[in-house]
Amino acid sequence: MNNNDVLVQVEHLKQYFPAGGYGKNKKYVKAVDDVSFAIKRGETLGLVGESGCGKTTTGRSLLRLYEPTAGKIIYDGKVIFDKDAKIAVDMLPYRKKMQIVFQDPYASLDPRMTVADIVGEPIDIHKLAANKQERYEKIIEMLRRVGLNSEHANRYPHEFSGGQRQRVGIARALAVNPEFIVCDEPISALDVSIQAQVINMFEDLQAELGLTYLFIAHDLSVVKHISNRIGVMYLGKMVELADSYELTTRPLHPYTQSLISAIPVADPIKARANKRIVLEGDVPSPLNPPSGCRFRTRCPYATERCAAEEPVFKEVSTGHYVACHHVNEQ
Amino acid sequence: MSEYLVDIKNERLSFFTPAGEVKALNDVSIHLNQGEVLGIVGESGSGKSVTAYSLMGLTAHPGKLIGGTIEFNGHQIHEMSEQEFRKIRGNEVSIIFQDPMTSLNPVFTIGNQIEEVILLHTDKDKKQAHERAVELLTLVGINEPEKRLKQYPHELSGGMRQRVMIAIALACEPKLLIADEPTTALDVTIQAQILELMMELKDKLGMAIIMITHDLGIVASMCEKIAVMYGGRIIEYGTTDEIFYEPKHEYTKGLLKSIPRLDAEEHERLVPIEGTPIDLLNPPKGCPFAPRCESCMKICLREMPPVTTFGDIHYTQCWMNQKAQMEGGATNE
Repeated sequence: MNNNDVLVQVEHLKQYFPAGGYGKNKKYVKAVDDVSFAIKRGETLGLVGESGCGKTTTGRSLLRLYEPTAGKIIYDGKVIFDKDAKIAVDMLPYRKKMQIVFQDPYASLDPRMTVADIVGEPIDIHKLAANKQERYEKIIEMLRRVGLNSEHANRYPHEFSGGQRQRVGIARALAVNPEFIVCDEPISALDVSIQAQVINMFEDLQAELGLTYLFIAHDLSVVKHISNRIGVMYLGKMVELADSYELTTRPLHPYTQSLISAIPVADPIKARANKRIVLEGDVPSPLNPPSGCRFRTRCPYATERCAAEEPVFKEVSTGHYVACHHVNEQ
Repeated sequence: MSEYLVDIKNERLSFFTPAGEVKALNDVSIHLNQGEVLGIVGESGSGKSVTAYSLMGLTAHPGKLIGGTIEFNGHQIHEMSEQEFRKIRGNEVSIIFQDPMTSLNPVFTIGNQIEEVILLHTDKDKKQAHERAVELLTLVGINEPEKRLKQYPHELSGGMRQRVMIAIALACEPKLLIADEPTTALDVTIQAQILELMMELKDKLGMAIIMITHDLGIVASMCEKIAVMYGGRIIEYGTTDEIFYEPKHEYTKGLLKSIPRLDAEEHERLVPIEGTPIDLLNPPKGCPFAPRCESCMKICLREMPPVTTFGDIHYTQCWMNQKAQMEGGATNE
C-alpha cells in the first residue's frame, strides 16, 4: 500500500475512552477499534455510519485532536504517530496542512470574535502574514472564496444564517492553505435548500485547490454524491470499504445492504416498490460490544461462527474490502 | 359542519414579538379526509409546525390566530377555550414530537405517562389502564412491556422512546395523528423501523396522519398528498405523484433538483436554490420566494400571486403558472 499517491494512511487505529471502574475493572468505550484505511491525494473518502459508530472519533483521532490509544498514522510519507515505536511528532507544522470543518456551525465559532478574527486566527498562529494589511487581504480573499465578502468581515457569528456560518467555518479551515480537510458532518445542521450550495462549494474548492477530503456524514446519499470511495463503520469497526458506485450498487456487508435500503427514496414509484430490509433492535452499547462480529445481534444471516470468530477485513475484489464471514454465500 | 376531518380555511397566524409582527402563516388552507396521510414539507421557519400545532391549540405565546377558520372533527378549533382543548388533545388528536429525549417527562415512569392519558380521557380504572398500557407497548413493538412500564425514559434508547411516544399518542385511538419530524433525531435504520410502524398502525387503526418533515424521501414513501410550504404559505399542493413528477412551482422544482440521489448513475452536479430563506420579520412584498426565484418577473416582487389550479386538488401560488394558464395552455413545461 506504500505508494506516492497516498496522502493519509491509518493503520490499526484504536481510540478507547475510559468509562468508569478501577484497576482490573476499568471499563473502556471502544469508540474506534482497529481501523485501517488510506486516502489518496486529491480524492474524497466518505465515512458513514450511525451515531456512536466512531466516524467522528476516527476523523478527530486522525488529526490527533485525541491522542490515539494505539495505531499508526502516516501523513504524506511521514509517520506522525506510532504507538509501538513511541513516535508522536509536534503537530503544529501539520496543522497547517490538515484542517477540520465541524458539524455545528453554531457551536464551532466563538460568539465574541468577529468573522475577520475567526478567519485571521490561524493566519496569526502560523505567522502567514507579514503585516496587518497582508493579513486583512488574506482574510478577505478567504471570505470571497466561500461566497462571502468584505462587508461580512466585521460582523459577529450571530448575525449570520446557518449556511453562512458554515461558510465562515470553511474559510477558517482554508486560511492556512491546507492539503487535507476532515469534513465532520458539515451539512447536517443546514436546511435542505442550503445543503446543495455547500456541497457544490466543497466540490469547487476541491477542483480549484486540489484538496483531499475525509467526508464524514450519516446521510449515505450525500456521501455517495461527494465521495470517490466510501467506508462504512459499525460500532467502532470498518465493515466495508469500496468505490462509491460499487458500494451503493453492489453492497456486500449485510449492514451496508440494510443501510442502503433504509434510506427513504425521494421518488414515489420507486419508494412504493422498494422492499425495505428493516433491522431489528438497536445498536448495542460500545461499552459492551457483542463477541465476534459486532453486527451479529442484528444480522439476518448470523450463525454460531459469527459469535465465536471476528471476521477479517479483507479485499474480496479489487478495492472492495469487507469484514463478514458470509460474504461468499449470499 | 365540514365534510372533512380537518378543514383549515385561510388561516392567518402571527407572532407578536418585541421586534415586530412575524407573519408565520398567511392564508393557509388545508383539508384532510379520514384515514388520509398528508405530508407538509418545507424548511425551518416555513410554518409547517405552526400549522399543525394550531390544530391542537398549541400556539405558543406571543402567537395569535388573526384570521380564518379551523374545523376538526366537528369542533370549531378557532373558537375553543383551553378547557375544551384539554378534552380533545390526546383523545381525538395526538402529536408526536421530534425529540423523544425531551418530550417525555424524565421523573415519571413510562407506565405512569401512558396511563395518565388513559385515566384522563376514559372511564377506565387504574388496573384497566395498566392492562391497556401493556397492550399499547406490545402494539408498538416493545418486548417485555411489564418491565418497560416500570422504567424511566433515560433507561430507553432513542428509537424505543419514540415508540413510547407513539404508544401515548395512540392510547385513545385518535382520529388524527400529527407527527412533527418524528424521525429527524433518529438513525436511518431506526427511522425505517419507526416509519414502518407508523404505516402499520395507520392501516390497523385507520387514523389520519399529518406528517411534518423536511425530508422528501419520507413523504414520497408515506403520503398521499403533499403541501409544500415556503414563507408561511402553501406554495404548492397536490398528490404525491403530482408533486414529484409534475411539480409546477419553481421552489418545488428547485427542491427536487437540489437533493443528492443514491440511485444517480453518474456524478451529476447538484442544482442548488441560491440565496437564503426569507426573514419573516421583513417578508418581501410579493411572492415570498421571488428573491430566490430564477424566473422572477416584475409582478412577483409587487403582488402575491393568486391560486392557479391544475387538476382536482393540484394547485400552486405562482405568477408563472398563472401567466401560462392565462395564455391558454394548461401546460407550462
